[in-house]
Amino acid sequence: MEVSSAEAALSVSASSIRITDVTQDGDVLTFALTSQKLDSSAGVCVFRIYEDFDWLQQSLFSQENLPGLQGIIFPPLPSKALPSQSNTQTKALKQLGFLALGQDWQSYCKALEFYLQQVAAHPTLCKCKALDSFLFNSESPGKQRGRKGIFNRLSQAVEEMRKESHKDVDNFFQNERNKNTNLAALSKVATEKLLDVVMTEQKLALACGHFSTSLHLCVNQDDASAVAFSKVCLKLSDVIEAVKRNLEKVASNNLSTLGLGLDLESRYQEAEKEMLFRRTCKLIELETVKKGTEKAKANKREVLEAFQKAVEKEFNLISSVAKQEIERFHSSHVNVLKNFLIGWCEVQLNTAKEFAELYSQHLEACRNMYSE
Amino acid sequence: MAASSERSPPPFPDSEEPELLEDSDEGADAFTGTSISEMDSPSPDSTRPPKDIFNEPLEDIFSDPLSNINSEPQKKVDTKIPSPSSDEVVDLFSDPLDDDSEVISSPEVQNPMPDLLNEPVQAPKSDVLGEPPVHKNAARQQYIFEDPPKGSSKSSSVKKAASAELFGDEDEEDLFKELPKVVTKKPQPLGPPVDVFTEVKSDVKVKPQVKDDPTDLFTEEALTAPAPKPSASSSSSRTNGVHSEEHDLFSEATVELSLDSPRNDRKKKDAVKPSVSAPVAPVASSSSKAPSKTLEELEEEESEDTFDLNISVTNPEKVGDGMNAYMAYKVSTQTSLTMFRSKMFTVRRRFSDFLGLYEKLSEKHSQNGYIVPPPPEKSILGMTKVKVGKEDPSSAEFVERRRAALERYLQRVVSHPSLLQDPDVREFLEKEELPRAVSTQALSGAGFLKMLNKATDAVSKMTIKMNEQDVWFDEKIQDVENEEQHMRKLHIMVESLVNHRKELSGNTAVFAKSVAMLGSSEDNTALSRALSQLAEVEDRIEQIHQEKAANDFFTFSELLADYIRLLGAVKGCFDQRMKAWQRWQDAENMLQKKREAEAKLLWANKPDKLQQAKDEIAEWEAKVTQYEREFERISATVRKEVIRFDKEKARDFKRQIIKYLESLLNSQQQLIKYWEAFLPEAKAIA
Repeated sequence: MEVSSAEAALSVSASSIRITDVTQDGDVLTFALTSQKLDSSAGVCVFRIYEDFDWLQQSLFSQENLPGLQGIIFPPLPSKALPSQSNTQTKALKQLGFLALGQDWQSYCKALEFYLQQVAAHPTLCKCKALDSFLFNSESPGKQRGRKGIFNRLSQAVEEMRKESHKDVDNFFQNERNKNTNLAALSKVATEKLLDVVMTEQKLALACGHFSTSLHLCVNQDDASAVAFSKVCLKLSDVIEAVKRNLEKVASNNLSTLGLGLDLESRYQEAEKEMLFRRTCKLIELETVKKGTEKAKANKREVLEAFQKAVEKEFNLISSVAKQEIERFHSSHVNVLKNFLIGWCEVQLNTAKEFAELYSQHLEACRNMYSE
Repeated sequence: MAASSERSPPPFPDSEEPELLEDSDEGADAFTGTSISEMDSPSPDSTRPPKDIFNEPLEDIFSDPLSNINSEPQKKVDTKIPSPSSDEVVDLFSDPLDDDSEVISSPEVQNPMPDLLNEPVQAPKSDVLGEPPVHKNAARQQYIFEDPPKGSSKSSSVKKAASAELFGDEDEEDLFKELPKVVTKKPQPLGPPVDVFTEVKSDVKVKPQVKDDPTDLFTEEALTAPAPKPSASSSSSRTNGVHSEEHDLFSEATVELSLDSPRNDRKKKDAVKPSVSAPVAPVASSSSKAPSKTLEELEEEESEDTFDLNISVTNPEKVGDGMNAYMAYKVSTQTSLTMFRSKMFTVRRRFSDFLGLYEKLSEKHSQNGYIVPPPPEKSILGMTKVKVGKEDPSSAEFVERRRAALERYLQRVVSHPSLLQDPDVREFLEKEELPRAVSTQALSGAGFLKMLNKATDAVSKMTIKMNEQDVWFDEKIQDVENEEQHMRKLHIMVESLVNHRKELSGNTAVFAKSVAMLGSSEDNTALSRALSQLAEVEDRIEQIHQEKAANDFFTFSELLADYIRLLGAVKGCFDQRMKAWQRWQDAENMLQKKREAEAKLLWANKPDKLQQAKDEIAEWEAKVTQYEREFERISATVRKEVIRFDKEKARDFKRQIIKYLESLLNSQQQLIKYWEAFLPEAKAIA
């Protein structure tokens, strides 16, 4: 299996994976995926629904014969979108954050796309067969799902919460865990706050729109002075309309760059946290085994020692994979954030310049409006 | 203006001429000229036929003030003929004028005037009683003369009796008022003259003349000057002649204005009076029927060019403690107008003083159909907060908001040409100590006005069913009604806009904080730095949002609130006009009844009561005439005011939009700067 997957490893270029279209049919979103195999110039297009993504994720979780699997930071899959329940807009916002915003699920698609790219770019995960069939098989692979992964979201158990604060034997991991907890919380907050900002910007844009429309009410052509006033009102309406468009642009800029970036960041931190937690679980298991071995009677000791060794080996493997993964994650997260920040800054700068230009045109027009 | 004064012969002052400066003489002409000619035209008693009037003035026009001396003899004859009483009156008029022209806008003049006026008043009164025809004219003349400045309330008093009383009561004030008005009226209708005035100031001789010129203007315009135009006097069927000409007169005034400005320019150049008026006359007569539009156009230029009065309200300061505390504001005026004693002065005023000023003004002027700008409303909640002394941002905002509102209020008051003339305004701006305004405590001016409006609205709509004949008014009233609705809607929109802005600013601040936190716990130094830079950028953006919120608020929300209040005042004007109409109609009905009664008496052949009935009819005829005239006058005033209001409104909004755009552009440029500064930081992340 390893051999074959190694061959398949580079069969797709991560950056070619695109979600080109999304269609909504009732409650189901269908995504059109295109990707390109490395050895051919022809693109492949398949249609996938969320369940397929979920299946892919589960398949990644449950890969067999992959040592240190638990040390891998799996790219985070966005949670499921429920498009038809438009009345639960606030709920969707709570659940999906930024991904619920944007026209026609654009940002959601972006997030899924990013997820696939991350999987494909991952040195270990890209070898998984499931990815191959997900990307290239025209049959929907999600049908044969049902294998609930062993790694589920960690949040459920109180017991696990206790485990989370378990003291680590390795300082590196202890530090990383502390930092991760911190960063995960902070990036989540930052994402939420930015979401608030964007929401307010949209509300403000809406209010501007109302104001601009209402200004048309004041138009009156009765006499000279009324016409003059009407002109002023119309001008103001235009100006407010421009302000509105500016706000919309700024909001969508925020959303499509920094918003997505922060969202991804916070989900990735969450993913790292899960990985660290899995490792901590293993550590606790190991420690229990150790204790059991010490207390065990001589006749059982050997069996237990052998078992302990196996667990220890596994734990060490996980730790080493985890170390690599963390390193990789750190550099990639800096990179990702950097790109988002640069992109954000650039679009905002462009928008600001564009509207400064527009405003100065309006200003000029206003000054010349009627010079008696 | 000189043209008008000259055309209508300035007869009376001539008798005094030797004592007077030539210049002041002309001022007197201005005054008496109009009034007298009015007198002459309707009454056959005045021996001089109307033709003379025109012929003479034409001469005058060509000859100019200096040559008054030449035409003097003729005029003298004229003056004497109508009635000796009026002659005296005129003297009086000219007297105060002289005083004024010498003192120029000094309030002290007030003192001498009452005496002067009161004395002569007796004379005309007796005359009046003796000779009905003449006295009627005389009375009317005075009447007309006094009316415009003072207001319809007084004029509503019975005419005959009033003649004496009016004189006694009002002259002091009116004359006085008129004089100052003269000075400032000038800036409004006359763009260039102001400059002339100020420039010429050093030249003592010329000054009075320049100053007097506006007098004519004013009297003509405000008085709906009766006689200066040939058609007016010749056609005048006594009652209507005066009013029907109003529009023409206005336009005439305009024309003269427009003519004047060049003339004054020339004056400026050569300072030679005689040559000036010659070219004016023909144009004046020919263009007297020019469309009233010219007036508007002119007004526009003028008020923009020549308005030289800057008022600022600054330094809000809490005085006193506890619930007796109040806010005092520094009211600084900067002007080159000569009606003020100095170019710069500052007084301290408290809020209730502003309300008091409004009450005085509205009492005097709103019944004449003037739109008196309402002051900001009293806010018990806001003020209580201030009084309690909490140093929270909302109370600071309240104070600032009120300060700005008061400033705008005063600016609106002084930008109104007629209100600026009011001695109370001047007193408010100049006088060190102001008597404590009473009765503003319970009700703020605006609140009071609102109540008043509502009450009159309700009552008048129930009782007065005015069949509007003037399409213009019909439409305008509807327009104003609609506009108020729209403004209210817009105001609500802007309020929500401002609230969203504030919310955005708050959210941005929180976001900035969380980014800063994120940055501080980030390992990668470059990323950490970039994030904290980003936090700073967001902080600045928050500032921008805050400024924008304040900007939205002050440019639009407050502007709209102001105009909602102002529209209330406009509606008040319409109500005043309606009331005047109602009075007229009532009188008309009464007259009808009296006539019927007379017919019955005739039928019943009761000659003993017939005379009384006839007297009553005469009395009511007079009243009808008077009320109708009042109505016409108030209609004209309201119309003018509304046109002015509309224009001011458009200009105001335009100004605000420009201001808004400027600040928008400014903040946008700041944003660009911030982003440009941040971009390299983002790129520097390794």
